[in-house]
Amino acid sequence: MELLLVTLLNGLVYGMLLFMLASGLTLIFSMMGVLNFAHASVYMIGAYLAYQLSRTIGFWPALVIAPVLCGAIGAAIEMYGLRKAHHNGHIAELLFTVGIALLIEKAVQMIWGLAPVPYRVPAALDFTLFSMYGTNFPAYRGFMLLISLLMFLAIWLLLTRTRIGLIIQASLTHPDMVSALGHNVPRVYTTVFAGGSALAGLAGVIGGNYLVTEPAMAFTMGPIVFVVVVFGGLGSLVGCLIASILMGLVQSFAVVFEVSPADLLAHLGITVTSTTPLAEVLTVPLPRISALLPYLLLVLILIFKPRGLMGTRDT
Amino acid sequence: MTDIAAQRNGNTASYNIRAALRRYWPAIAVIAFAIMLPWLFYDWSKGRHSGFVVSLISQMGLMTIFALSFNMQMGQSGLLSFGHAVFLGLGGYVTIHALNAVGDGLFWLPMELMPLVGGISGLTFATFFGYMATKQTGTAYAMITLGFGELVSAAAVMFNGFFGGEGGVTANRMVKASLLGLTYGPAIEVYYLILVWTVISAVLMLLLTQVPLGRMANACRDNSERAQFVGYDPRMVRFYQCAISGFFAGIAGALYAIDYEIVTYDAVGAVLSANVLLMTFIGGVGVFWGPIVGAVLITLLQSWMSLISNAWLIYVAFLFVVMVIYAPGGIAGLIMAHLPIWRAGRLAALTMPYLRIGPPVLVGIVGFVGLVELTYSASIGRGQGKVLTLFNHAIDTGSVLPWVAPAMLLVCGAAVAASQRPAFVAAWAAVSDEARAKEPGR
Repeated sequence: MELLLVTLLNGLVYGMLLFMLASGLTLIFSMMGVLNFAHASVYMIGAYLAYQLSRTIGFWPALVIAPVLCGAIGAAIEMYGLRKAHHNGHIAELLFTVGIALLIEKAVQMIWGLAPVPYRVPAALDFTLFSMYGTNFPAYRGFMLLISLLMFLAIWLLLTRTRIGLIIQASLTHPDMVSALGHNVPRVYTTVFAGGSALAGLAGVIGGNYLVTEPAMAFTMGPIVFVVVVFGGLGSLVGCLIASILMGLVQSFAVVFEVSPADLLAHLGITVTSTTPLAEVLTVPLPRISALLPYLLLVLILIFKPRGLMGTRDT
Repeated sequence: MTDIAAQRNGNTASYNIRAALRRYWPAIAVIAFAIMLPWLFYDWSKGRHSGFVVSLISQMGLMTIFALSFNMQMGQSGLLSFGHAVFLGLGGYVTIHALNAVGDGLFWLPMELMPLVGGISGLTFATFFGYMATKQTGTAYAMITLGFGELVSAAAVMFNGFFGGEGGVTANRMVKASLLGLTYGPAIEVYYLILVWTVISAVLMLLLTQVPLGRMANACRDNSERAQFVGYDPRMVRFYQCAISGFFAGIAGALYAIDYEIVTYDAVGAVLSANVLLMTFIGGVGVFWGPIVGAVLITLLQSWMSLISNAWLIYVAFLFVVMVIYAPGGIAGLIMAHLPIWRAGRLAALTMPYLRIGPPVLVGIVGFVGLVELTYSASIGRGQGKVLTLFNHAIDTGSVLPWVAPAMLLVCGAAVAASQRPAFVAAWAAVSDEARAKEPGR
């Protein structure tokens, strides 16, 4: 029971962090049809900027400045790069973002080195919020949960209660019609790209010290976010939220349950020994393959249900 | 009657050979050069080959096969794959086990035919993966291949029986099984084995672009619906292309296993998959020989530039990004764009435009390289205790001047190049249109 509750909370925190990344990516992917490989790289930039800023001006200003800078970087990528690659088709746009992701990874290695940087939780939040069955729940996780809930509320209000939100929503499903009605769709694209990048940066600021701030963090996070986007479905923020939380829970629970296919077979009366065919595959415990689960999900969803959970069209 | 027919046949045969020579002389010249290449670096005083050169050109050969097989999917079928190394790696793993089995005397298979083992296993895996992945196209296909690539590379670390865990699987290629009586101990013998298989694979892949399957792959890439109306199933076309490209990637994997005598999880990994994408795209996806240029160039950069600069990947990534925006046809596309101008004898008309835009671009590049090298030496280089030197002068990365100079070069070069660009584009388009109008058949 205690394990269940703690894992549930951890899964929720991780899921909301994923949502912060995936919400921007979903909007960009649905509107522009570009799967932005550089999205997780902007998340990494957010973490590194926050590390650099929090060393000089402290964590709280960094919490605001780093996402704004990330939004500016996103806008620059869209206006000066993606828009030019657009003339050469979707694959060219995809390749462009791959190139940008590579460049950012190398640039980060170049500036901050190959090893992880000591980006730590701020002292003001470094205490135990509450204890549950002897397990401490750090205040920082509560803070992450709070920030991500606030962000979700802000996005939801922006998209449903404001004019720009309505145009964005319309552009998700009918970009040509919105353009025909006289709206500046490229500017909407830039806005969404900048906004999504700012959210990714924010995720980096609050995720960088929760996880590890290192040059490989973009590459480990990127595919998981893709899975969430595909799983949630194109054009649906709610689907994205559900998928993020599910993915967070799956990842957290897979790590703590020490079971393998062999244990399941034991229930059916089949014992697996080292001489059984495929013994190596059958005896792998769940935590070891937990890193594989997102990719497995990605492949299965795209093959069997490319529409995702709540998508309005195929990926 | 029969005499005349025979004579006519003889005539057409010699005509065909001459036409083929006229058409394929660059390819024949390249092959001849590749045969001679190790001897140009032969150390006659010590009587041995340059190990660095032989291993470099061996790698170029197998990367050529790999990039060409990648382009069967990307350039010819419009399928962007992020997991192509899976086929190379799995082909390599099977081959290395086959090498060990032949070495242990479990069965007999000459080394000359060993690449077929890799090819067939590559084909098998590509049949399995391709059958599922080719349900989709475009971005979805790219994502599925990304997923497959990650799954296989994670499995390679997890399952020790077949993949050998983190240490990989090693073998000894001197298995004493050869049709030609060679030992394959010296690297030069392996180089010629790789060269022969590279030529065979490249010719086969070239022929494949000219049979109906290759043509239909192009048709499905350009307009899947119309191909469907003609009566072809685009999915099956994609599937065949994917499976066959897996076959050739497997051959490259077998040669990889023979060349290095070790296959680790790197061989199925994302880095190799990204590398082949960079190679193929920079070389050019639209022309058959584009990936060959890319494979040779990037392999050369990898071995030679990594000796000079730690930041070589940044330059490659930057080149890639610039090419995606300004030259989506790659190097081969650039060359092919100049070909009609050259044939029309108007190349001289481009001299002035190039002279006006070339120097500022070069200045900008020098500034960029300077900044990158400075940043690199200020962070990682300092950690390794290295000092940046330029013309034998040590540069102090702590002071301001070394940073301002390249930054100025970059900004000024970029600004002048940007101001020259419209004039250059206009001049280029005018000359190109004029040359194209003169082309026969227009």
